[in-house]
Amino acid sequence: MNASSQRRLELVMPWLVIAGILIVWQLAVMLFGIRPFVLPSPVAIFGALIQYHDPILQHASFTLMNTMIGFACGILFGVTLGVVIGSSRLIYVGLYPVLIGFNSIPKVAVVPILVLWLGIGQPTAIATAFLLSFFPIAVNVATGLATVEPELEDVLRSLGATKRDLLFKVGLPRAMPYFFASLKVSITLAFIGAVIAETIASNDGIGYLMLQASSQFRIPLMFAGVFVIALMGIATFLVFAYIEKRMTGWATRGRNLQAAGGG
Amino acid sequence: MTEFVRLDDVALRYGGPEGTLALQGTSMSIEKGQFAAVVGPSGCGKSSLMKLVTGLNPVSEGSVSVAGEKVSGPLKIVGMAFQNPTLLPWRPLLSNVMLPLEIVEPHRGRLRSHIAEYTARARNLLRTVGLEDFEDKHPWMLSGGMQQRANLCRSLIHEPELLMLDEPFGALDAFTREELWGVLQSIWMTRQFTTILVTHDLREAAYLADVIFVMSARPGKVIATHKVDLPRPRTIETTFDPKFIEIVHAIRNEIAQIRNESKVQAEKNLKVA
Ligand SMILES: Nc1ncnc2c1ncn2[C@@H]1O[C@H](COP(=O)(O)OP(=O)(O)OP(=O)(O)O)[C@@H](O)[C@H]1O
Ligand SMILES: [Mg+2]
Repeated sequence: MNASSQRRLELVMPWLVIAGILIVWQLAVMLFGIRPFVLPSPVAIFGALIQYHDPILQHASFTLMNTMIGFACGILFGVTLGVVIGSSRLIYVGLYPVLIGFNSIPKVAVVPILVLWLGIGQPTAIATAFLLSFFPIAVNVATGLATVEPELEDVLRSLGATKRDLLFKVGLPRAMPYFFASLKVSITLAFIGAVIAETIASNDGIGYLMLQASSQFRIPLMFAGVFVIALMGIATFLVFAYIEKRMTGWATRGRNLQAAGGG
Repeated sequence: MTEFVRLDDVALRYGGPEGTLALQGTSMSIEKGQFAAVVGPSGCGKSSLMKLVTGLNPVSEGSVSVAGEKVSGPLKIVGMAFQNPTLLPWRPLLSNVMLPLEIVEPHRGRLRSHIAEYTARARNLLRTVGLEDFEDKHPWMLSGGMQQRANLCRSLIHEPELLMLDEPFGALDAFTREELWGVLQSIWMTRQFTTILVTHDLREAAYLADVIFVMSARPGKVIATHKVDLPRPRTIETTFDPKFIEIVHAIRNEIAQIRNESKVQAEKNLKVA
């Protein structure tokens, strides 16, 4: 197989897998006579998507907005925290146990507390999205800062570089690939956070829509909700994967070149 | 000739009073514009010595002075280059070389308004090491030898009065290394900045240096000083000169002796234990 047909196959492969899953699913539902309130067929789910597209669109855009606002706060806070941890050993040592502890709390458990403080609705969804998304960003930025070569630091310090110079000239650019890689993870987590909060405490959003559908036994609509969440997750992931590739080509280009040379 | 770098009975201990003693009783004196080389067994504190002279680490005992002033913090007139070229992968070569100008005063304040002048200076320097056609390539597109040339340019762009080189050619093949000796020598001969070169390669030391300091095993101190009175510019032919060979031999014997002594010492320690 030559290189270009290999690449084409790589491009269509995800679609083939998705199509395969849907076909097997449809066939299974039809052949085994699975009833729609246990597992609706893809065709039925698609029907629900068409039938309810108005409310779905409305709730989905609400969820998307909550996710994005929470995620934006997560970026701001995560980068700040990452820079602080990454540039001061003392702060790192001090904060480490707290951060580990915080990260091991299942965030679902925090939502009731947030409801207590922020009430039912949008602020809670945004806060949950934020809480889930900032951590990977902070960890990655800090890791990126920590990978600056000590020799380079010596070279710059012997030129009279301040801590600020080191951060802006070397630390942050070096941390960029880590930062963008973490965005892909974080945006997905922000989605999860928003949907969880909407399911527990909201009157809007995809999470709420699914809860409603479930209480009314509209199972295809529930699955349509799951489908929309997955779709939004994939779409935002791809957007950030693309941004990552554009912004930090220098970190991967060397590798790509080598790979091309080898093939 | 005026003295430029002076170490008096310097000791350096890592990690508190019980820590590793890297240097003890080290004294040396280097004149302005002189090219000095430091050789010695691995782990004897050569890299540590560089950090003391540039003020990156404080001495535990004794004193270091550069240009007549006691060193108490990072100096700002130094250029440094290490075995690892540490170029910034996100910057093309030209802006990598110009990095020190963004940090050192007075260039830092003038860089933006005199960008053309500084760019010309950087291009000039790249030309002297034969990299003029690569200024907009990224470091990972260059070979190790080319990266090391660029690293040399970066250490010289702000025209430092003191150049510190820690095994800069250690990772290169023999041919590239000998070629870069010539490049470094010719830059040094035109600019006459004071240079301290740490190296494992005795031929490299004898080729480049005016004076060679031989250090003992850890805790390191200077146990011998050799003047190299060979005419410049030296070439690869010079390395076959009997005088050159004699110097290299003498130093090699000294280092072999140090290693023997530390081996005997280690065996004694073993017996005691
Ligand atoms: N940051 C540090 N903390 C503790 N000990 C150190 C540190 N740096 C160096 N040492 C110790 O100091 C001694 C001298 O180290 P140094 O790096 O100066 O040796 P060197 O002569 O440069 O060796 P080489 O030729 O292998 O590069 C070594 O025994 C090393 O273990
Ligand atoms: Mg060393």
